[in-house]
Amino acid sequence: MLAPAETRSPPPPPALCTEAMRLLIIEDDREAVAYLVKAFREAGHVADQALDGLTGYALAQEGAYDVLIVDRMLPKLDGLSLIRSLREQQVDTPVLILSALGQVDDRVKGLRAGGDDYLPKPYAFSELLARTEVLARRRGAGAASAEATSYRVGDLELDRLSHRVSRAGQEVPLQPREFRLLEYLMRHAGQVVTRTMLLEHVWDYHFDPQTNVIDVHVSRLRAKLDKGFPTPMIHTVRGAGYMLRAEETRAP
Amino acid sequence: MAMTEASGSAARESLPARVQKLFRTTAFKLSLAYLAIFAACAFFALGYVAWSASRVLDDQIVSTIDAEINGLSEQYNAGGLRRLIGVVERRSREPGASLYLVTTAAGEHVVGNVGTVPGIVLATPGLAETAYGRSDAEGTGHRAIVRIFTLPGGFRLLVGRDVEERDRLRGVIGRTFGSSLAMVVVLGVIGGWFVASRVLKRVDAMTRTTRAIMAGDLGDRLSVAGNGDELDRLALNLNLMLERIGELMTGLREVSDNIAHDLKTPLTRLRNRADEALRGSDSPQALRTALEGVIEESDGLIRVFDALLMIARLEAGNAREIMAPIDIGPAIRGIGDLYEALAEERGLALAIDAPDGLVLDGNRELIGQAVANLIDNAIKYGAAGTGSDPRITVEARAEGNEIRLSVSDHGAGIPEAERARVLERFVRLEDARSRPGFGLGLSLVNAVVRLHQGRLALEDNRPGLRVVIGLPAGAQTVEKR
Repeated sequence: MLAPAETRSPPPPPALCTEAMRLLIIEDDREAVAYLVKAFREAGHVADQALDGLTGYALAQEGAYDVLIVDRMLPKLDGLSLIRSLREQQVDTPVLILSALGQVDDRVKGLRAGGDDYLPKPYAFSELLARTEVLARRRGAGAASAEATSYRVGDLELDRLSHRVSRAGQEVPLQPREFRLLEYLMRHAGQVVTRTMLLEHVWDYHFDPQTNVIDVHVSRLRAKLDKGFPTPMIHTVRGAGYMLRAEETRAP
Repeated sequence: MAMTEASGSAARESLPARVQKLFRTTAFKLSLAYLAIFAACAFFALGYVAWSASRVLDDQIVSTIDAEINGLSEQYNAGGLRRLIGVVERRSREPGASLYLVTTAAGEHVVGNVGTVPGIVLATPGLAETAYGRSDAEGTGHRAIVRIFTLPGGFRLLVGRDVEERDRLRGVIGRTFGSSLAMVVVLGVIGGWFVASRVLKRVDAMTRTTRAIMAGDLGDRLSVAGNGDELDRLALNLNLMLERIGELMTGLREVSDNIAHDLKTPLTRLRNRADEALRGSDSPQALRTALEGVIEESDGLIRVFDALLMIARLEAGNAREIMAPIDIGPAIRGIGDLYEALAEERGLALAIDAPDGLVLDGNRELIGQAVANLIDNAIKYGAAGTGSDPRITVEARAEGNEIRLSVSDHGAGIPEAERARVLERFVRLEDARSRPGFGLGLSLVNAVVRLHQGRLALEDNRPGLRVVIGLPAGAQTVEKR
């Protein structure tokens, strides 16, 4: 296991998203729902719950949620049908599908039904939180930022058209892979990005690498970005993943 | 032990129950059916014999009568009625004589040894069978075949033979017929019973054995008589089936033993970490670190379970629907790109040679993961060898109808004797024990390859290991995304 140097620094607060999300968790396992509601509240978000598909559908239709978290196996109305019905009703709230099935083609089926992301059980809460926050953000300013031709975080700049990266006006030479990695991190600046999210979006693979291959790539990128600068850009969030952030503002 | 117990329980069955059971056997039912057919045949054969014998006797009687009549008519022609009466009178008295009677037109007795005859018989000329009474004896209990003639002047002449002899013979034939049929039925039932109980005994023995096997004694086998009949063949096949089940169960037991054993280590580590945190310092920072460690260990365990489940699902093999034509070159290069940095970090060079245009029917994710596992292994063990060339080569080639993916390293390799074993779940060779991992990587690769109906070979790279995956090439070309 690789242990980046940052792990010694005090852990960041759990709520990293600046705005509080309003979530609806549709899941029939009461214990799991209770755990999720509590965990999301501790992370500074508001979470409602529905224990069956029909209730969930009725609540979701009101459209006041930032993200829906939907289990696939639900009483009364199964998860995929629920999502399909919502999409037919022009409800475009982002949906994250939870599934215990974990079959190879589950992800494809889930996304085809209108889901936006997919997480097989068992999952780490940090992974769920990170993905939910990314979905919520995408809904807010996301559409615009995804189309942006350049990103700027602090003194770090990335131009998507010319494939150039500079920090404090000084050009940082990156390989194509490192560029894509940074691009994804910058698009989700201020948000936790997990290793599996990086593997999915930079390499388009969805399996779980046994070795920390992602960490090596990130530490190389970090070395290039932070060399000669007093403040780091890429921060390791213990037990979750990474975050690109302008500066460590809090005192240790 | 099992045998005496079983026969004891058989003896406890009540007699009617056992008889009922015997009746229900196929052997008994078959015997009964054969018996019915045989009895019907015997009935018709014997009946025909009896009927023909009786006809022969009748014919003989009739021809005797006809001969008498010829004689008498000659006498009548020669000497008229008077002479006829004389001859009849004389013949009537001879011992063993036929039956004679001459009456007037009104039916009055003129001469002859017949006393009474029904008038209706006398009135109709021709052949008849009738009861009669002798004139020299009492009673009318006799029967005869008679022929009546009307003589000129209204006189009637009756000539006949008693049929007592014939009837006695008929009786004998009839009784023989009956007793033979009875004998056939009795012997048939006994034979059927015998055959059925023999078969039943063997089937019961088989039932007892199978019951013992079901009760858990998997080592038991059905006894084979060795005569190659259908019950023997059944027993042989059942034994083969038991053998196969036994093998599968042993395999399964080994796997679950391994799972239990190999999960115990990380679970113990997990527990110890939690325990240590409880006993150790009270600083929130230390507790936090310990908890994070606990979560990390749990994540490792979840990963193991995920891998196990995935292998199990792939081995269930119902994943045709996830297959699509894929260009394997870019997929392999993506994996290579992912692992390149890690390999360099460990002082290894990762060389990827995977051209575009190698198309096969498969699942990009699964093949990608399989290749990732192989590269991961090569990075873990490829540097450990004596080889001076720390290079890992990943190649994709089309060879005939096959697309061959290979991952080669210059590490210590795997001894030939161990190559089959390392594909099993949780198998880790001695050198590997000290490194992180669960021994599932190659099992997963094997499962993916089998799902794609390919082949997996571990070869000697002299030095090092070369893992070759042969996958059937696809016919279609890939549409560009």
